[in-house]
Amino acid sequence: MITLEEMAASVPDGALVALPPDNSLPSVALAKALARRGAKGLRLLGVPVSGFATDLLIGAGCVAEVQTSACSLGEAGFAPRFTAAVKAGTIRVVDATCPAIHAMLQATEKGVPFMPLRGIIGSDILANRPDWTVIEAPFTGERIVCLPALEPDVAAFHAPMADEAGNVWIGRRRECATLAHASRRALVTVERIVPGNFLEDERLAPGAISATYVSAIAVAARGAHPVALLDEYGFDAAYVAEYARMARTEAGFAEWAAREVFAPRREAA
Amino acid sequence: MSFAPEELLACALARLIVARPTAHVAVGAASPVPAAACWLAVKRGAPIRLSLLHKRSGNPFTEGSRELFDLTGQGRVDLFFLGGGQIDGQANLNLIGTGEWPGREVRFPGSFGSAFMYMMAGRTILFREEHSPRVLVERVAHVSAPGVSEPGVFRRGHAQALVTGKCVFAFDPARGRFILESVHPGETVESVRAATGFGFDVAAGVGETPAPTEGELALLRGPVRDEMLETYPEFCGRVFGRRAAA
Repeated sequence: MITLEEMAASVPDGALVALPPDNSLPSVALAKALARRGAKGLRLLGVPVSGFATDLLIGAGCVAEVQTSACSLGEAGFAPRFTAAVKAGTIRVVDATCPAIHAMLQATEKGVPFMPLRGIIGSDILANRPDWTVIEAPFTGERIVCLPALEPDVAAFHAPMADEAGNVWIGRRRECATLAHASRRALVTVERIVPGNFLEDERLAPGAISATYVSAIAVAARGAHPVALLDEYGFDAAYVAEYARMARTEAGFAEWAAREVFAPRREAA
Repeated sequence: MSFAPEELLACALARLIVARPTAHVAVGAASPVPAAACWLAVKRGAPIRLSLLHKRSGNPFTEGSRELFDLTGQGRVDLFFLGGGQIDGQANLNLIGTGEWPGREVRFPGSFGSAFMYMMAGRTILFREEHSPRVLVERVAHVSAPGVSEPGVFRRGHAQALVTGKCVFAFDPARGRFILESVHPGETVESVRAATGFGFDVAAGVGETPAPTEGELALLRGPVRDEMLETYPEFCGRVFGRRAAA
C-alpha cells in the first residue's frame, strides 16, 4: 500500500506503460498523478486501444511514443491531444491492431518468444512494423504473422477493490489480468481495500488477480472518473465532452489541466 | 410516416443481416446504427445471438476484450461491422489517416481490430454515413484492412455490402468491385456516381431503398431504443428522443 503520488513517483521517465482504454478499468487518477509529477518520455501501450488517460498524458507532455490500435474518446469523438501530436510529429505512433496487442502480451504471459496471429497480411500496419514478421506456418503451410512477446515495464489500471492480502478484483475485465501477468510491475489503484482474501472465495476468485502479480496498490476513490467503473459508477459524458472541447488547443488543454489535474484536489462528488 | 435518415439506414442494414444465414453477430466500436439494425432484426424474431462489445451491463464477454478476437479467429462470428475514414473501390479500409504514415495530414483514430476481424469474420457489412468523394476514394491512402487477399493467406470472409447515407452497394470479392443495389429516397444512380470517388457497377434491377414500414419504426422507437439507451445515450436522444418527447 502506497499513496497515489508515491505510485506516480515510482514510474521512471521513459518507461513502457500499458494502459487499458475507457471501457476497461483505466486509472485516470494515476494518469493525472503522472502529469502532476511531470513524467517525461513515457512510452504508452494501449491495451488494445487508448482513450482519455492517454490523451491527457500526451497533452501534459509526458509521452514520447504511443503503441496502440486506436486512440479516441468514444462518443466524444477524436482524441484531441493525440490527434494534434500526430500532426505535429511530437510523438511517435506505432500502430497495431487489437488482437495483435493481446497476442504479444499473451506471449509474455506464457513465457514464449512470439505468437502467431491470422489476418493482418495485406494491411499497411504490417508494412510499418519491422518487428512483425511473416512465416510459412508449420502444420498448415499458410502464410501467417508472428508477433514478438511484449513486456511492459509497468501495467497501470484501476480496480473496484483489493483485499488485505494484496489481491485485486477486476471482475470480467480479464485483459487486465493478462496485462498484470505480462508486465514487470503492475500498479493498481482501487476504490477501496476490503477485509479477507478473494482467493478463498469461490465467487470472487475467478475475477481476481493474485497478489503474486501486483507490485503496488494505492487507494484512489473514483479513480477511473470520468470513465465508467463496472457497475459502480457511469461514464461522465459531460466531463469528457468539456475536455474534448477545451483540449482542441494547447492553451485550452493547459487551462483544463490547471483546473482538473494541477489544482488542489476537491472532495470527490 | 416521416422517419430519420438513421432509421432508413437501420432498416436497410437489418435486411442485409437476415439475407444470409446468421447465428452470431458482433458489433464493435462502429456507429450505433448497426447496433440498431441488429436489435431490429432480433426484435422482428430473427434467432440471432447478438454480442455488443460496448454494452456495459450484461456484456457478452467474460474473458476480457481478447475474447471477441479469439472466438472470431475460430469462426464463431458470422457477421461483423466496419467503417472507415476512407473506403476504396476494392473495399480496402483506411482507419489510419491521410498524408505520410501514420496520418500526418489527417489522423483517424486507428485501425482497432479491423486488420483481423475483416479477414476472420464470416462476413462484414461496411457502414459509413458520409457518402462523398473524400470518403469513398479510388484508392485509400493507407490500408488498415484489405478488401481482398492473395491466395495462400487464410481468409474466412469479405465485405457483403457497403451501406452509406446515399445507397446500398453489394461487393463481389472475386472481382474486387462494388455493385450499386439501391439508392435511398431522393438519390439517383447519377447523384451516387457524382458523390463516389471509385468506379462501380450498377445492378440490373437497381431500385430505391425501401422506406421503413410502420412496424419497423415502432420497433426502432420502442424496444430497440430501450435496448440501446445505456450504450448510446447521445444517439438515442438525437434519433429517437425528439419523437418520444414530441
